[in-house]
Amino acid sequence: MKHTSLGEWLLYGAICAYLLLIYLLPSQAWLGFTINALIVTILSVAWNLLGGFGGQMSFGHAALFGTGAYVTAILQVKLGVNPWLAAGLAVVAATLVAGFIGALSFRYGLRGSYFALVTLAFAEVLRILASSFAFTGGGQGILVPYKAGLANFQFADRITTYTLVLVMVAVAMLITVAVQRSRFGAYLIAIRENEEAAKALGIDTFRTKVLAMMLSGAIGGAAGVAYLQTYLFIDAPIAYGSTMSIEALLGPIIGGAGTIWGPVVGTLSLHLLGEGAKHLVSGAPGLNLVLYGVLLLVILRYLPDGIVGFARGIGRTGQAAAVSVKEAQ
Amino acid sequence: MSSLILPAILGGLTTGAIYALIALGLTLIYGVLHIINFAHGSLLMLALYGVYFLHLFFGLDPYLAIPIVVPLFFLLGYGIQRGIIAPFSGGKEQNVLLVTLALSMIIDNLALYFWTSNTRTISLPYAYEMVEIGPAFIPLPRVIAFFASMLCALILWLVISRTRIGKAIRAVAVERRGAELVGIDVQNTYAVCFGIGTACVAVAACLLIPTFYVTPQVGYAFVLIAFTTVVLGGMGSFLGALVSGLLLGVIEALCGLFLGESLGQIGIFLAFILILLFRPSGLFGRRAA
Repeated sequence: MKHTSLGEWLLYGAICAYLLLIYLLPSQAWLGFTINALIVTILSVAWNLLGGFGGQMSFGHAALFGTGAYVTAILQVKLGVNPWLAAGLAVVAATLVAGFIGALSFRYGLRGSYFALVTLAFAEVLRILASSFAFTGGGQGILVPYKAGLANFQFADRITTYTLVLVMVAVAMLITVAVQRSRFGAYLIAIRENEEAAKALGIDTFRTKVLAMMLSGAIGGAAGVAYLQTYLFIDAPIAYGSTMSIEALLGPIIGGAGTIWGPVVGTLSLHLLGEGAKHLVSGAPGLNLVLYGVLLLVILRYLPDGIVGFARGIGRTGQAAAVSVKEAQ
Repeated sequence: MSSLILPAILGGLTTGAIYALIALGLTLIYGVLHIINFAHGSLLMLALYGVYFLHLFFGLDPYLAIPIVVPLFFLLGYGIQRGIIAPFSGGKEQNVLLVTLALSMIIDNLALYFWTSNTRTISLPYAYEMVEIGPAFIPLPRVIAFFASMLCALILWLVISRTRIGKAIRAVAVERRGAELVGIDVQNTYAVCFGIGTACVAVAACLLIPTFYVTPQVGYAFVLIAFTTVVLGGMGSFLGALVSGLLLGVIEALCGLFLGESLGQIGIFLAFILILLFRPSGLFGRRAA
């Protein structure tokens, strides 16, 4: 196991400090901003499990996020199911959707760009369906009536919502740690590195990939539930649009794909950068996405292991540093 | 109902011809560079704005804009491959996908910033002239688009199969290392391919704008359809892109007719998923993915 370098300690320390500082200085604006960033972080962690550790890059993780959000909303609003039960069922639904997409795609050996495209297409089909049928609210989307209270899974003060989302991120990260340390995680990484070799060693690659996709679906669905319970609204472009799919993959890639902290570091940095840009150039729509794009280019060119990979190289001495230099070359 | 089907098919064919033209550019880039160009739709959007502004400021007819925008977009595509995609991706397939994704994010959102999300159209005196084809009335610009797309496909095919650079392109597509060994400048050939692919999009923009609109988001819908066309036809297959473009136009028109306008595109994406799942090598592809 690699030792955590000084740079990594500083990076993770800074993130924890930021997340805890919110409790001391609860500004509503910062709180709202961070809750949103953390919800996307949950989805990034989900993406990272499949894309970072398993090497299967999905371009349609909105399919899982959106299913989580829509199923909770429909069960609560249209069928009167208890919100907590609805949330649980939504996670199950997202897991099943992920299993379905995964089983179909991996069954036919889709990988690389083909897997990316088929996931994108699934999200797009769901988007069109969700905006065309009455029980999903059609073009208007679904509005959940505001009734604050623990029983309704809605909280009047945002700090409680914040804590809840923060705990969800922590749980998602712990799941990633558990996966990384398990035999299943080792299989997954083996598939990423060389699928043929993994197969030759007797790993059931199909099963491993589908399971990873389902686990990713469960976490992604939970992100959708968190979104719905926070904003009490969902429509097809938010749920299944390309924005969520892209955000899901940007965080891990910029932060460091296949690392525990990568998606957290990446998504928070992106959102902070985007927020900063919004304040500099007030009211410019889409400017944050321009910055995200530029940052993605820079990271791909100069920091292929993301921000976490960069931090790993700081404060490392002797042999470890020499090895990492060699790896970089 | 049956009296509506034939007009729908004919209308679908005219849309499909443009899909085919856009997909030809994408399939050429894929066939040679083996990259999936996410920014293809964004380049189409840029071309649409280019033609729009040429009309707005200089009163230039979209069809007369072809000799201006096509060379410009060839150079743009050439520059993007040499200046951005090649150096930033380091040649890895998944990185290329991400580099083109980044490019499309940058282009789309800069367009949104500068030109706002307003839908823009141009009105031409002949835009609503109808041509009677059997039982159907098709707008004149659509008929022009159909034949012009077919002509472009023919020209492109001649360039690839008859010219010296076409020979180089085919050589690089089949055997990169070997092509390099016999003295072909591979990086240059890549960039020429990307340039030609981008030029296709510029032609498509000129043919589209008389009956279509432009917004900064317009590329996204087209890039998905273009992917579908390319995958359906078989990645890198020329004839495949042509046939499947036409086919998808018809599928879209028929789904729109039977399921309602808003569900028209669902047929395209379902076809996409089915093809990816059951025959990822496409209708005309030679080998599996």
